[in-house]
Amino acid sequence: MTTTTAARPVAKPATMAQALGRAMRDAMAEDPTVHVMGEDVGTLGGVFRITDGLAKEFGDDRCTDTPLAEAGILGAAVGMAMYGLRPVVEMQFDAFAYPAFEQLISHVAKMRNRTRGAMPLPITIRVPYGGGIGGVEHHCDSSEAYYVATPGLTVVTPATVEDAYGLLRASIASDDPVIFLEPKRLYWSKADWSPETPAAVPGIGKALVRRAGTSATLITYGPSLPVCLEAAEAAREEGWDLEVVDLRSLVPFDEETVVASVRRTGRAVVVHEAGGFGGPGAEIAARVTERCFHHLEAPVLRVTGFDIPYPPPMLEKHHLPGVDRILDTVARLQWEN
Amino acid sequence: MTVQELPGAGASHRFTPPAWSPRTDAAPLLPDPEPYRVLGTPAADGLDPELMRRCYAELVRGRRYNAQATALTKQGRLAVYPSTVGQEACEIAAAMVLEERDWLFPSYRDTLAAVARGLDPVQALTLLRGDWHTGYDPREHRIAPLSTPLATQLPHAVGLAHAARLRGDDVVALAMVGDGGTSEGDFHEAMNFAAVWQAPVVFLVQNNGFAISVPLAKQTAAPTLAHKAVGYGMPGRLVDGNDIAAMHEVLSEAVRRARSGGGPTMIEAVTYRMEAHTNADDATRYRSDAEVEAWKAHDPVALLERELTARGLLDAEGIQAAKDAADAMAAALRDGMNADPVLDPMDLFAHVYEEQTDRLREQAEMLRAELEAGNE
Ligand SMILES: Cc1ncc(C[n+]2csc(CCOP(=O)(O)OP(=O)(O)O)c2C)c(N)n1
Repeated sequence: MTTTTAARPVAKPATMAQALGRAMRDAMAEDPTVHVMGEDVGTLGGVFRITDGLAKEFGDDRCTDTPLAEAGILGAAVGMAMYGLRPVVEMQFDAFAYPAFEQLISHVAKMRNRTRGAMPLPITIRVPYGGGIGGVEHHCDSSEAYYVATPGLTVVTPATVEDAYGLLRASIASDDPVIFLEPKRLYWSKADWSPETPAAVPGIGKALVRRAGTSATLITYGPSLPVCLEAAEAAREEGWDLEVVDLRSLVPFDEETVVASVRRTGRAVVVHEAGGFGGPGAEIAARVTERCFHHLEAPVLRVTGFDIPYPPPMLEKHHLPGVDRILDTVARLQWEN
Repeated sequence: MTVQELPGAGASHRFTPPAWSPRTDAAPLLPDPEPYRVLGTPAADGLDPELMRRCYAELVRGRRYNAQATALTKQGRLAVYPSTVGQEACEIAAAMVLEERDWLFPSYRDTLAAVARGLDPVQALTLLRGDWHTGYDPREHRIAPLSTPLATQLPHAVGLAHAARLRGDDVVALAMVGDGGTSEGDFHEAMNFAAVWQAPVVFLVQNNGFAISVPLAKQTAAPTLAHKAVGYGMPGRLVDGNDIAAMHEVLSEAVRRARSGGGPTMIEAVTYRMEAHTNADDATRYRSDAEVEAWKAHDPVALLERELTARGLLDAEGIQAAKDAADAMAAALRDGMNADPVLDPMDLFAHVYEEQTDRLREQAEMLRAELEAGNE
């Protein structure tokens, strides 16, 4: 952008859902090998309307309603990628991606490796995940632990409108398969945003300090980011000045940003909706402990969903990490031997 | 209880569903009642001598390849080898009917098909030797990596064929699977996708009687596996998998159909696995010697040799020439396998991601340090 006379694009209120749709639209317009596919993504525009208008603009061959079969969708995407296309696959809901796990783990994640780099698979797998929307059983799982435990997959999750666009564009452009976790309860979150604004956010693999602070670091991602920011505001009254780090990318994991923050603050809490045992927070806490042991004033604590199957909607508020639980945990950081 | 009697169901709610048009031509999709045969039937009069002599040479080479690979297992050079003795006609015909631009999607058992397609036998066997998972560039040979999880390669074949068609290329994908693999969900999903998309795919099911130890009768209640095609809306062909002339004809027809936009075909080749599942398997636990003996009489190599000799299309000289070529291949395979592969442990980290992650870089450094310490 060299011209100074051109009017700056006006940022208007946009939802995360719109930013995601726009990311696919722009990628499809720029690159004819980008294909969107999944259940109901065509005429309906997806059950969350994220792919709204794509079939109309690019035709059924570029935005395809597939038969209802997740292994088939992802398996076909593998073959399409083998032939030089860049499939963007929508899994309708977190828990409905499970039938595709065999394809995901045995082939998608391993193809580059087993062919010694000869056959990378540029597939983006969009998974609406997480709770907080009053969804019935099998519609609210936080399945990120399965993905991050699978070598070969890149796992990202946006928490802001700008990131939804930027990270999805980066995922589609990546030559590695990317699990793109969409926090479905943030689909309708809004921000003043314009896709024409040059991306101010970094790409895959960088964490961002969303709020600077000095007393402790909250390490989080996706649906828990707004909760953590709210908790940080509330903590001011208690005399705590909390830093909030948004991971944005679980694999690769930006250890440097996290470590630098915790070394500054000396205290850390990891927050996510997924269950705690074997969850991403366990890994992060271990890494922070390994790297920051002498800087820590207290053990690294975690606020996570309970280790239970996702609860029925009327009980989910007890399960999801909320502001109070985060503040109670922060209070426990005043560690005494 | 009729709809009208249901509480709350009023006549005003009567609704005519929109027209649904099922395929009206189900009959032509139905498989033959008996496996299709050419050798030993009047249909053999129409055989192309040149093609059949090539088939013969390939069959003899294939048999020799199986014998050599099995011997390499006994010498500890291969970790494991799933033999295709008895199934050579299927493996070879599958490779022969494809053009260079077409793609083959083999299962772990189908190294012979890959070799018949022109892949170096050593490269075809690296998975089983254990030095690398895929010993060749799939794009260069248009042979997908050998798939170990059953039937999972089938949706890939569909996707690739579909992509080729979207790009305007008349490329066909041929995917191979065993009888046991037809019970997997991926088989169903691939067949359904292929039919709905009218993808240029040929599914070749080698029904060799067993999935490790489980006989076909415990695998399916369908009259034949070929019947399964009908429900998806594609033709199912039942063919004698030991008859290379029949295999070549039926596969060629399916490839032609796919290439010209006629959609997918599923072929069940009825054959028999003469040897155990692998060297780790004890076949006497689940089948009788008598059964194996009976199949020997229907050996694919002998079947063609008999036909060609009787018709004066093959003589002792031709037989010897095929044998010599096979021996040369076996010698090269032996040499290639007796040379220890040169492996670089640092390769472990080389192809996980396009760009090394910090985590992997750290682990690679750890291994490098261990290696250096070990070398002192
Ligand atoms: C998904 C999956 N389940 C189990 C196995 C273990 N396994 C390897 S071969 C085999 C039998 C396969 O039989 P079939 O499909 O008839 O092929 P064949 O071995 O006869 O060629 C089994 C169960 C596997 N490879 N993949």
